[in-house]
Amino acid sequence: MSQQHDIYYVPSKSQWPIVAAVVMFITVFGAAHWLNAEPGESGFGKTVITIGAIGILGMFFGWFRSVIKESLAGNYNHQVDTSFRMGMMWFIFSEVMFFGAFFGALFYIRNFSVPWLGGEGHGVLTHQYLYGAYSAAWGAAGGNGPLQVGGAFSVVQPWGLPLLNTLILLTSSVTVTIAHHALRAGHRGKILLFLGLTVLLGATFLYCQAHEYMEAYKELNLTLHSGVYGSTFFMLTGFHGLHVTLGTIMLAVIWCRVLKGHFNKEHHFGFEAVAWYWHFVDVVWLGLFLFVYIL
Amino acid sequence: MAHEATHDQHDHHHAPQGFFQRWVMSTNHKDIGTLYLIFSLTMFFIGGSFAMVIRAELFKPGLDLVQPYFFNEMTTMHALVMIFGAIMPAFVGLGNWMIPLMIGAPDMALPRMNNLSFWILPFAFALMLSTLFLPGGGPAGGWTMYPPLSLQSGSLAYVVFSIHLMGISSIMGAINIIATILNMRAPGMDLLKMPVFVWSWLITAFLLIAVMPVLAGAVTMLLTDKYFGTSFFNPGGGGDPVLYQHVFWFFGHPEVYIMILPAFGIISEIVPTFARKPIFGYRAMVYAIACIAFLSFIVWAHHMFAVGLPLGADIFFMYATMLIAVPTGVKVFNWVATMWGGSMTFETPMLFAIAFIILFTIGGFSGLMLALVPADFQYHDTYFVVAHFHYVLVTGAAFAIMAATYYWLPKWTGHMYNEFWGKVHFWCSVVFVNVLFFPQHFLGLAGMPRRIPDYNVAFANFNMISSIGGFLFGASQLIFLGVVVHCAFFARKKAADRVWEGAKGLEWTVPSPAPHHTFEVPPVVRDEELAHGHVND
Repeated sequence: MSQQHDIYYVPSKSQWPIVAAVVMFITVFGAAHWLNAEPGESGFGKTVITIGAIGILGMFFGWFRSVIKESLAGNYNHQVDTSFRMGMMWFIFSEVMFFGAFFGALFYIRNFSVPWLGGEGHGVLTHQYLYGAYSAAWGAAGGNGPLQVGGAFSVVQPWGLPLLNTLILLTSSVTVTIAHHALRAGHRGKILLFLGLTVLLGATFLYCQAHEYMEAYKELNLTLHSGVYGSTFFMLTGFHGLHVTLGTIMLAVIWCRVLKGHFNKEHHFGFEAVAWYWHFVDVVWLGLFLFVYIL
Repeated sequence: MAHEATHDQHDHHHAPQGFFQRWVMSTNHKDIGTLYLIFSLTMFFIGGSFAMVIRAELFKPGLDLVQPYFFNEMTTMHALVMIFGAIMPAFVGLGNWMIPLMIGAPDMALPRMNNLSFWILPFAFALMLSTLFLPGGGPAGGWTMYPPLSLQSGSLAYVVFSIHLMGISSIMGAINIIATILNMRAPGMDLLKMPVFVWSWLITAFLLIAVMPVLAGAVTMLLTDKYFGTSFFNPGGGGDPVLYQHVFWFFGHPEVYIMILPAFGIISEIVPTFARKPIFGYRAMVYAIACIAFLSFIVWAHHMFAVGLPLGADIFFMYATMLIAVPTGVKVFNWVATMWGGSMTFETPMLFAIAFIILFTIGGFSGLMLALVPADFQYHDTYFVVAHFHYVLVTGAAFAIMAATYYWLPKWTGHMYNEFWGKVHFWCSVVFVNVLFFPQHFLGLAGMPRRIPDYNVAFANFNMISSIGGFLFGASQLIFLGVVVHCAFFARKKAADRVWEGAKGLEWTVPSPAPHHTFEVPPVVRDEELAHGHVND
């Protein structure tokens, strides 16, 4: 069918976009209501969030099911495949920029706002009139600012769990690549093994991170309230953890799809998209390990 | 296989089904484009009514009509609604309608996601506008939402989440546009033969994907600072309110080009048509857009000269900002050179395009004045800034959208709009918009601050003139509404396929009105049909 490329494919009407818009609205409306509730007032926010979240899960399930069905029916030609690939690449680029905002905030705070609060450069008068006693430092010595917001804390040492997590994610990048090569060679058993390993490694990473968070809260007194150190630490690692969670779920779904035989040597965009996403999550972690934990 | 592959398409090849199916579950770029345009027109009038409240309060000194807090809600909501609700969706709607027609594609690359991009918007704005009716009131700290002021707003969570939704919508829309342009062009439609409008959207889409996530990050930090006890913008905890301004304007400056680059594209389509000459310096036009887009990432701090940046930063951002005048000057020069010696006629789209070129340039010059650090210390946060950005956004972006509407309306509806009333709309708009905004330059230079409900009696005269212009400009837009509604539902005069004598490009090779499905098989692109077919010769 060499002519196939010349005939465009326009998908049929679908109810999923409007369902998606509605459930997203329900979720954020519930969240806003919950956050906006008066202290002590119970409100219906949490109920609404739960309904919305279940709706979002159902929407993803339904939308992807219809896409998979159409894909298996052979509806998607080469051009559609390329559109999907471009879509995924630019989506990952947007994610990079989202993390960029938080990394940018971290760099700005460490290079400018904290030193200026300590009297460096043009912050000399701010320092003199507002926070004369503060000597600028990062980490436990001054990362929670002149007012020591959140109280004294200690930092997570990079060479324990974070190093282990780095090794786990790097290994998972290797296993997902082996699975990809196995897919192209058509070795189903090998794909299932290495993709399954990747899922397990992702889950292990999440377990370690949860452990690290609990230790930080209980023993180190490092919390989201620990000044700007705590803010950047938990927001960066937290958003990353959220992405690992999503990535792990996506990998698990792909594992099931491999089991069902949805992919062949040529057509496996779903697999590749998730693999790209996983590599992206991995690279973000390397940035975190370097700039949040080590430096 | 090939037959199967197009099966879905044949499903709805016939007349569209019921109302709900057609408009809510659509995968058709024309229907979704129409939805975007109707939504944007609605928001234009809602945002415009907020502006009428503002101008009514400022009609004379004293607190006459509204409470100061409500006034601040109006300035904040006017900006948010106009930027995210009126201007941006209008450009996305135009892109949806015209990009597939201009490049010979059957539809957008990802039609269902396209539908989702649109349908998020009404919900996002319902969430945002609902804050006006909440006990604590809506956001009133300005559309830029600077902390610590914005953190005092009770409705912050609603606004932040609605901005998240709009961001998701914009990112998906932009991804769709990039995939469409890069992947769906008809054979023979080389990148450097594309219409300038398509080029401008390709670059705008890149800007959107690059900066909307940054805005999401900035407002997320506001959210966690207010509700979850983080210290990003709290100096006591080591943070810095100025950090918000940096992150926000890293988004904000590309954002203002997101609102003007598609306008440049529209003007570059209209001017050659009515001058009956190919555009002067096609490649220079494309490169200038790319150049402006690049520069937009390294000029953000010119919005912050007055916050106390280090001297080196002030100087860098001043010079980088002034550089933007170079590619912009290239564009203005090329539009003028396109008209030079052309066989010009002055239908409504062309009138709006010429007004755009002149009035946008005035806005550009006042922008250049604001780029100078020493001058900005005087002008910052005065009505001079208000005048500046309304010249680039109203007589720039909004005029270009109106020009595009008149230009393509016959293609969309199959009927000619009423030229007489179109011209009446134009002359009313162009006169009153200057009555409205030109005096604001003087007010700003004399020191009247922006975002205040009351002012020194010394500013009374110019404010009254400005308000009168505002009411009349607002009323003039009802003519626009009338012309569009008349053309869509009541006009008799059939439009030709090639609506305008001098128009070139694929969109004029399909019938008027454009059928529900176009270019189901790739068209044969003949260079002489294209406006820029021979650019590589």
